[in-house]
Amino acid sequence: MARKAATTRRETLKATAIGAFALAIAPRLALADAASVDAEIKKLYGDKKPAEGKIKLDVPQIAENGLVVPINVEVESAMSAADHVKTVHVFADGNPLPGIASFTFTPESGKAAASTRMRLAQTQNIICLAEMSDGKLYSAKAQVKVTIGGCGG
Amino acid sequence: MSNKPTPRVRVPATAKKDEVIEIKTLISHEMESGQRKSADGQTIARKIINTFTASFNGKTFFEAKWHPAISANPYQSFFYKASESGEFTFAWKDDDGSTYESKAKLSVG
Repeated sequence: MARKAATTRRETLKATAIGAFALAIAPRLALADAASVDAEIKKLYGDKKPAEGKIKLDVPQIAENGLVVPINVEVESAMSAADHVKTVHVFADGNPLPGIASFTFTPESGKAAASTRMRLAQTQNIICLAEMSDGKLYSAKAQVKVTIGGCGG
Repeated sequence: MSNKPTPRVRVPATAKKDEVIEIKTLISHEMESGQRKSADGQTIARKIINTFTASFNGKTFFEAKWHPAISANPYQSFFYKASESGEFTFAWKDDDGSTYESKAKLSVG
């Protein structure tokens, strides 16, 4: 009788410990990485390699609050009917999901620039990819150090 | 926080022809990411505004697709090259199917 009770207690403790460990490790495993960003880009543009330059990616070097991190993207372009920026995608390699936002521009935009605010779970890289009207791709990358993550953990 | 999202838009009322103007928008919305868990361990369902579009006289000139990584009360700024007088329509599309709209007039002279 006493022996059975002891076993049950041990099992309970063991189960609790495993449960706590799983909880502790789960959010880490769920995070995206550089490979998932590459996979997203591959889904959109196949094996086309983006060039450096043209993009001005403005993010803070250090973000105190990961819940609200300002981001400003500007792509150099004449924004004429023949030569303009079509789409700008923004990705992050350390969030639960790699996507942040995608902006679609037209010649009427006048300027291929947009600002918004994003959530960052941890210190990570922001990757920006611009597609021009002639099909050329450009990319830019910047790291943001996050002091307090923004994933409601 | 189930108040109806209220859009706020800052756009100049007048512009010169071919002037590139900046438009700033903000909408109150919790942007529930679908990543958070409630106190009893249940995942809180995702509910975000997934698309924002800006049109002038019915023609879309800027669109933003938002992922759950966009902050609550999403802010968006962008530009427009003024060509003629008319009206802007800004539309936010929610995961639940509803659309929130805001309009603003622009006179070009």
